[in-house]
Amino acid sequence: MSSHEISRRSMLRAAAVLGLTVPGLAACVTAGGNSGPQSSGGDKSATNPFGVKADAPLEVVVFKGAYGDDYVLAAEAVYKKQFGGAAIDHKGIQKVGDTLRPRFVAGNPPDVVNNTGAGRLDIAALNQSRQLENLDKLLDAPSWDDPNVKVRDTLLPGVVEDGIYDGSFVRFNYAYTAWGLWYSKPLFEKNGWMWPKIWQEMLELCEDIKKTGVAPWTYQGKFPEYVTDPLLVMAVRGGGMDLLRSIDNLEPNAWRHESVKAAAEAITELSAKGYLMAGSEALSHTEAQAAWCQGKAAIIPSGSWLEAEQKSVTPAGFDMVMGAVPSLDSNSKLKTNAIHAASSEAYLVPSQGKNVQGGLEFLRMLFSRNAMKDFAKSVGTLPAVKGVTEGLTMSPALSSVAEAVKNAGDDTINYRHRIWYPTLTKAVDDSVAELITRRITPAEWVDRVQKAADDLAKDTSIKKYERK
Amino acid sequence: MSVLARPVERAAAPAPPAPRKRRRLNRGYGFVIGALAPALVLHLVFVVSPYAQAFYLSLTDWNGVAGKADFVGFDNFTRLAGDSLFLDAIGNNLLLLLLMPAATIGIGLFLATMIQRGGKDGRTGVRGSRFYEIVFFFPQMLSVAIVAVLWGFAYNPNNGLINGVLRAIGLDGLARSWLAEPGLALFAVMAVMIWSGVGFYMVLFSAAIDGIPKEIFEAALIDGSSGWTTFRRITLPLLRDNVQVAFVYLGMVALDAFALVQIMTVGPGGPDGSTEVMGLSLYRTAFEYGKFGYASAMGVALFFGTLVFALVALRGNKNRTELA
Repeated sequence: MSSHEISRRSMLRAAAVLGLTVPGLAACVTAGGNSGPQSSGGDKSATNPFGVKADAPLEVVVFKGAYGDDYVLAAEAVYKKQFGGAAIDHKGIQKVGDTLRPRFVAGNPPDVVNNTGAGRLDIAALNQSRQLENLDKLLDAPSWDDPNVKVRDTLLPGVVEDGIYDGSFVRFNYAYTAWGLWYSKPLFEKNGWMWPKIWQEMLELCEDIKKTGVAPWTYQGKFPEYVTDPLLVMAVRGGGMDLLRSIDNLEPNAWRHESVKAAAEAITELSAKGYLMAGSEALSHTEAQAAWCQGKAAIIPSGSWLEAEQKSVTPAGFDMVMGAVPSLDSNSKLKTNAIHAASSEAYLVPSQGKNVQGGLEFLRMLFSRNAMKDFAKSVGTLPAVKGVTEGLTMSPALSSVAEAVKNAGDDTINYRHRIWYPTLTKAVDDSVAELITRRITPAEWVDRVQKAADDLAKDTSIKKYERK
Repeated sequence: MSVLARPVERAAAPAPPAPRKRRRLNRGYGFVIGALAPALVLHLVFVVSPYAQAFYLSLTDWNGVAGKADFVGFDNFTRLAGDSLFLDAIGNNLLLLLLMPAATIGIGLFLATMIQRGGKDGRTGVRGSRFYEIVFFFPQMLSVAIVAVLWGFAYNPNNGLINGVLRAIGLDGLARSWLAEPGLALFAVMAVMIWSGVGFYMVLFSAAIDGIPKEIFEAALIDGSSGWTTFRRITLPLLRDNVQVAFVYLGMVALDAFALVQIMTVGPGGPDGSTEVMGLSLYRTAFEYGKFGYASAMGVALFFGTLVFALVALRGNKNRTELA
């Protein structure tokens, strides 16, 4: 080969040089900057507390999942009526993050976002980048239904706390989710089984169930976080809110608390005594829940979305209800019916939106009693506002959830570390899968989780939060 | 190497005196540049520029939504070296690289040989070879997502196809929780990769065997060579180029494996990291943890891994060509 021919080598060299000389292109990912146009407001009044400009268009982007977006459309109709037919651009989509990430980076986000579902945006990252409006002024604004009551005072416990990132309230959750253990009410009544209050009773119940030829428990093996939940609830009941705080704050040896280990031991007893449906460890949530609905297993851990999720496969008369996770023993530091509950369906108002005032006002309408009632009726889920379900005809599932939330009162358990530190969450869930299959012992499990928490605490690249 | 050089070589082949040669060479360049320019522009915008951005981002702490990113030097790369999950992922990808291409090529070659020359007389394929050729190609027509979902059902420990068959033929003892046992899960995924890849390479090799002059096989048969000897001494050496290309392609598939793992496995990536692959770590770090800078560093590491692999594989090819 003579020197003046175009060889692969010289082509590669040319390509490499070209690659290095396109810094102009390389710069475009993060070229947006945080200097988007500030939205300008109109005059404020008692009925228009944020001073929305009546003719300003509003863009609403919502995740369209199991809850649909009909309740949002209804609220948009109210907004249009209020503001002289302001143009509303509504988008009900999936994969909110993939769609909106470039718009946030470019400084051109919509005015209201429902950030839910797979592929959602990272709210902590958005907040750190000052992309989100602080919604404190909305909390302190008069509620839509009663001007004498602030929005803040209409909410269920934990909703405000759930929305605070780094000291500012940026995430307004619409739905309220409770977690527990689910069973078919008629099945239990038929066999005279009582829902257990402590773990020992749970084991006795499992023995009874096993005798009837039904597997006492199954779980969503592909997603081990479903088992993490009852484990943590038992641990926190035994250790109290102090334990929850020390775990959330990554304090040294927080996971070495005796009730954490006792809860881990309780969970392994399920597999050691053969109370788990064979093969559960490999089942997806759909497969495990379907087996449960078919009566192959009696108890399954899940959250209050379960009824909606199982709608198409639940046989008539199955009447699923949620029971609270039992306590380890009778020395619970919290109410024995304290449950894990938290708000979900995150609404955000991007600070670089063109109509921030409109976004705030729209959320004020969306969090009104009428809108919340519509939501509860149509999707069978508790909304984040107090007392909305009173007087509604509810399914057995929803009334069991509403009752559980009421019984727990202020003793709701909500672990913040699972939201703040996804790497720790993964380490915990991965090791829970090993624990329940008894590939590791409870002591080894505690060591692993404590090490993951310690490593995280030492990692300076991850922003730390504090639970007060 | 030769792909680009060939047209020019041909143009210059008569080797006339120097001045004329120069003019022709310029014309050659003009043609090549004209033909390549549109592709090159597209390549720059859609391949080189994203790569350049990824390289730049791998040196920052960008979170994916901020309008700015802080430069952190090589922090992300030092962190990678101590990330035990990512090291697991590298190990799993290497295991896939070691076994999957070899198995796929091995089975593909076997099937191709059977289809072309597997008949009793050694001159034609096995009976019904056209049928097999089409049936084995089927998996290639399914998207990876569908393949993963279907095999997820097949691996279900309670009502899945595999355990069902094992139990039906009395081998209950072999029934397993295929995707939930750390020692089995990666091999279960690997089996799916092989299953879905074999058909394509069978067709590829089959066409290549078809292209070998029949006289060579005839001569071997007349000399009394067995089927195995014919394969080892004639078919395989003449297919070496195809096998090498197949190895490069399959190697890249082995270094990826993201879609299958993401859809099929426990966790995903589990149980306990036993099916974690680099692509999955990257995806999780970017889209779940919001650490796009660190994820870009993973991408850059993956890029260099693939590049080294491809270079080594092609280098082997070149040495052989020069020896031949």
